[in-house]
Amino acid sequence: MNGRIRLPGLAPLMLAGTLLVLGVLIVLPLGVVFQQALAKGFAAYLEPLSHPDALAAIRLTLTVAAIAVPLNAVFGVAAAWAIARFEFKGKSLLVTFIDLPFSMSPVVSGLVWVLLFGAQGWFGEWLIDHDIKIIFATSGLVLATVLVTLPFVARELIPLMQDQGADEEAAALTLGAGGWTTFFRVTLPNIRWALLYGVLLCNARAMGEFGAVSVVSGSVRGLTTTLPLHVEVLYNDYEFVGAFAAASILAGLGLVTLILKTSLEWRHSGELSASRRH
Amino acid sequence: MNFRPADDTSSAALEIRGVSKAFGRFPALKNVSLQARDREFLALLGPSGSGKTTLLRVLAGLETPDAGEVRFEGEDFLALPVRRRKVGMVFQHYALFRHMTVSQNIAFGLTVRKRAERPAKSEIDDRVRDLLRLVQLEGLEKRFPSQLSGGQRQRVALARALAIEPRMLLLDEPFGALDAQVRRELRRWLREVHDRAGVTTVFVTHDQEEALDLADRVAILKDGELIQLGAPNAVYEHPATPFVFDFLGQACRMPGVVEAGRLRIGDWETSAPEGAPQGAVEVFFRPDEVEFAPADGKGLSAEVQAVAQRGPDVRIDCTINGAPTELQAHGPSLPPGVTPGQSVRIRPLRPQVYAAG
Repeated sequence: MNGRIRLPGLAPLMLAGTLLVLGVLIVLPLGVVFQQALAKGFAAYLEPLSHPDALAAIRLTLTVAAIAVPLNAVFGVAAAWAIARFEFKGKSLLVTFIDLPFSMSPVVSGLVWVLLFGAQGWFGEWLIDHDIKIIFATSGLVLATVLVTLPFVARELIPLMQDQGADEEAAALTLGAGGWTTFFRVTLPNIRWALLYGVLLCNARAMGEFGAVSVVSGSVRGLTTTLPLHVEVLYNDYEFVGAFAAASILAGLGLVTLILKTSLEWRHSGELSASRRH
Repeated sequence: MNFRPADDTSSAALEIRGVSKAFGRFPALKNVSLQARDREFLALLGPSGSGKTTLLRVLAGLETPDAGEVRFEGEDFLALPVRRRKVGMVFQHYALFRHMTVSQNIAFGLTVRKRAERPAKSEIDDRVRDLLRLVQLEGLEKRFPSQLSGGQRQRVALARALAIEPRMLLLDEPFGALDAQVRRELRRWLREVHDRAGVTTVFVTHDQEEALDLADRVAILKDGELIQLGAPNAVYEHPATPFVFDFLGQACRMPGVVEAGRLRIGDWETSAPEGAPQGAVEVFFRPDEVEFAPADGKGLSAEVQAVAQRGPDVRIDCTINGAPTELQAHGPSLPPGVTPGQSVRIRPLRPQVYAAG
């Protein structure tokens, strides 16, 4: 049903325009990142990456993602299940709220935690009394990241689960399966590729998040700098090779995500939400 | 396969008493009571929105009624969760597990049992093979649902439901998504499977032909209420209300009057059917259940407008008492005198009379 319409004269213009924008805004900067990172040779590229601060930043980034992404995967499945399977008051409000982090500046997503848990925040005093550190600590980074990446998994699953309907689950129940069995043998396999897709996007964003994280981090070198923050710290210190070397890891992560995402779209298009199908 | 023994053929296996269910403000079922006998094939027939699917889902345990009682073989069915009711449900859109093969689908109900109750693997394999033979799908066990035709999917769904040796089979418009040819084939086959499996079956449909053809008894629902329950012939020949008459087939209707045991329609008078209400009535009859007579004979006078052969039937457009009416005759030869522009007399063979209003 894919109609092809040629608008005479316009098509080449649009194509050229698209290629130009893609080239200037995406391919060129990406090239620059790797070119700058490798400007002084491969040894000079690896050297800043093996610096303890850089290793700490990589470790912290992985840690934050390793906590935030599973949390959001669980939340996403639960939220999508609730929204796709049940009718309740305030459902559309819930859907809107899930989307909120998309429409809100990430800085706000960081700031709310400072307001709540910072030294001057609502729970600040209590936290200090009990010697619990959230702001300027890993837990703060995790909270900020969770909030920013909240919609990814849920958004991916809701349309798919609505599309699939509850009949298969109903059938499983009538066949004698319990709730958990039905979930693990029917629900989860039906959404597995869409879930992976959502997790992938969520992970890319979790590792690359800058704004929200920078508010709660305090950028203590080797302690609370994630990889994106590490890039900024180095850049501000005029350590360009180091900054670009760290940036190249993030860019590489982005490329890997893109490849995985595209292959998912090709191989399992039928099991992703309608909007992702080819 | 060994289903339940054939001894208790006596009374009602399924008893539904005063079941009501509302979705928000919309009442889907209003105080519905009916029974199904053991091994009976019961059709729930009604237009969309009549509550028939809701009633079926109540039986399955997928909906909880607001009021009423459901008993199966004396047991309080509503107290049982879905998974313990042991009903085999077949859904309109099959609801096959899309990531499982045909065999895995059929075996599902057995493989999810608790270890103590689960049959051995070889036993499950045997059961699956038997069921594949029963639903005539041998050789397709490794296919996925997406690789099957609609009719094949529905047969897998039935095999999957039968695999758990259900106490009752529930079918929700099982042929609704299939084309006419396949429907008719599957219909007869389903009846055979039911007879062989010997299990009480409740079958939801909006297709009156399907219900009349398949079921032992038909329950006709409208707007959440049970209108009539009876054997196919009984409901077809004695529809309880104009709605049922209309719903079960084509209908001609005209006003009449019943007085002192006589029914008068226009210029024709005949003896009123037994139990007919007095006074102004609505007379219903089937367009093919009429006798034709010459214009000077007895009957309602009808002006023939047009005659058209439609396959084995003849459609006769005429005007009776000023109202356009469509009649039908069967067979290749027309009743004498039925030509466009002519007047004839017609006599409905089995008129049904309902109080007007």
